[in-house]
Amino acid sequence: MSVLAVQRTQGRDLTEILRRLTLPILILLMVGGIAAGLLQGAASLSLSDLSRVLWEVLTQAQPTDQVAHAILLEIRAPRVVLGVMVGATLAVSGTILQALFRNPLAEAGIIGVSAGASAAAVATIVLGGAFAALGPLILYALPVAAFVGGLIATLLVMAVARVGGQSSMSTMLLGGIAVSALGGALMGLMMFLSNDEQLRSITFWMLGSLGAATWTTIVPALAMMAVMLGAMPALMRRLNLILLGEREALSLGLKVDVFKNVCVTLVAAGVGAAVAVSGTIGFVGIVVPHLLRFVVGPDHRVLMPASAIGGAALLLWADVVARTLAPPAELPIGVLTALLGAPFFLWLLRRATREGAAW
Amino acid sequence: MKLNAHQINVDLGAQRVLHDISLSVEPGEFLVILGPNGAGKSTLLNVLSGERVADAGTASLDGIALHEFTPLELARKRALMLQRASLTFPFVVRDVVAMGREPFLDDGDVKADETAVDWALEATDMHSLQQRPYTKLSGGEQQRVQLARVLAQIWRSSNDEARFLLLDEPTSSLDLAHQHTTMRLAHKLTTQGVGAVAVVHDLNLAALYATKIALLSQGHLVALGTPDQILVPDLISEVFGISVTQVRDEASGRTLIVPVGLYSDATRPAPLQAAQ
Repeated sequence: MSVLAVQRTQGRDLTEILRRLTLPILILLMVGGIAAGLLQGAASLSLSDLSRVLWEVLTQAQPTDQVAHAILLEIRAPRVVLGVMVGATLAVSGTILQALFRNPLAEAGIIGVSAGASAAAVATIVLGGAFAALGPLILYALPVAAFVGGLIATLLVMAVARVGGQSSMSTMLLGGIAVSALGGALMGLMMFLSNDEQLRSITFWMLGSLGAATWTTIVPALAMMAVMLGAMPALMRRLNLILLGEREALSLGLKVDVFKNVCVTLVAAGVGAAVAVSGTIGFVGIVVPHLLRFVVGPDHRVLMPASAIGGAALLLWADVVARTLAPPAELPIGVLTALLGAPFFLWLLRRATREGAAW
Repeated sequence: MKLNAHQINVDLGAQRVLHDISLSVEPGEFLVILGPNGAGKSTLLNVLSGERVADAGTASLDGIALHEFTPLELARKRALMLQRASLTFPFVVRDVVAMGREPFLDDGDVKADETAVDWALEATDMHSLQQRPYTKLSGGEQQRVQLARVLAQIWRSSNDEARFLLLDEPTSSLDLAHQHTTMRLAHKLTTQGVGAVAVVHDLNLAALYATKIALLSQGHLVALGTPDQILVPDLISEVFGISVTQVRDEASGRTLIVPVGLYSDATRPAPLQAAQ
């Protein structure tokens, strides 16, 4: 065997090892993030506090430490669960959109889904009086409104960017800008119409945070995100076919139009729910699938589960950092992800231009 | 089983691009569609694949209109290779070829799928490159991967089952040897229950491997017949606007077509003066 061949084999082995290790590493990161999210905060708790509370919950024993119990189960647990679900949802949405647009630069925030969802959510807060009749169902009004807003935005951008069965990158990004601007204008209009209390809620939407999580407020949104994540196994192979080309996918037996509509609806539901409870948290959907694609390749059977876990891990750790930087104040997590994600996105654009990629 | 086109008309916007085309192909036949650019060859292939529904007339399989089938049913009876592939994500070659087995996944016959993929990789001479990323291959190699994908799709464990292979310019980026191996492969498959249809531009590839040729010009079916009936100088000259001459290769016994100049030239161009 020639030296060159040996080197090539070693290179492939290394890639293969990395590929196999990716999922375990991501799971470790996520579990670490969960532990850190549960332990870290204003009241300091130890790992033994955590294990004792967990044990008492599992055995349904009488709590020995009421305060630790309350902090863990009522304050931190919902926040961590929300972090897992929102992170996974945003990353998986990004993966789906990148496949549908056959373009690795697509993401809910960039193509306007988040703006559409935010505008609808804000409108619901300001015009919420109309929903008062719903009673406790009002908790569903926010995620459902955000879902509808996100769906309209996605369909709009898809219709604009589609040129002969392909989406062009420039039209997609420009369409995203236009739809985001429209969403922003609607939000501005709502802020103009709102009172002081509503204005505070709206500011929260614009910055993005996991801080408002309580079980009651997040359960409806968790359900919607769970639907999207639960659909993953049915999407993975089919998204691979879409990457092959829409006409190829059709010739291989996929009902392409139906499938795309299902995907867009799922993404709008997931992103709408995420936006409804945590505001706009940008760039998770582009950074996670993109980085993982370098390691595990484009096959969605690996990429999608990896993205879900990676997205959860990223958001958990971002939340931990956001809470640690300037205690007792919290940096809004959306600000943090944008600070890190936007330069990454610029680097991607630069790289794409340099390589003269088709997209 | 017969793949049949009956008085097909197709409009693109206000323009009619196919006029009353009727033809058919059966297992055992290799139909090659010839014609100048814009003659409607790809459109005809799209109608035959069931992707495009004709504005008038019907394309049918075994007497049933193609639009009556679900995409999955069609995918189990025919494979379609498009003129230009648009894959820009770095799947490894084997994974791309394995996507051709997608219509059969519910059968759960993993061994058959693996056999199909291996056979397709061998047949297209891509076996040694099967772990390479698709995006790192040359244009011709990418075309062979796409060919392998449709071959994997029509692979069967027995030759009893009729199915169809539709190829739109499968040889456009290939070197000379692979052009011929591709066409010979398609021809050989017709002895194994496959009906093949290919759009090509090389008249002599058609001459060597087709059992039947359809000559299209400006959306009309100008002629339909055996290679010997179609590849005659007068007809080819008229349709392609280029003067051709016929030569006979004694070794193969085949008649080949050689271009000698533009048809509009009143006379053949004067041969270049040999250097003294």
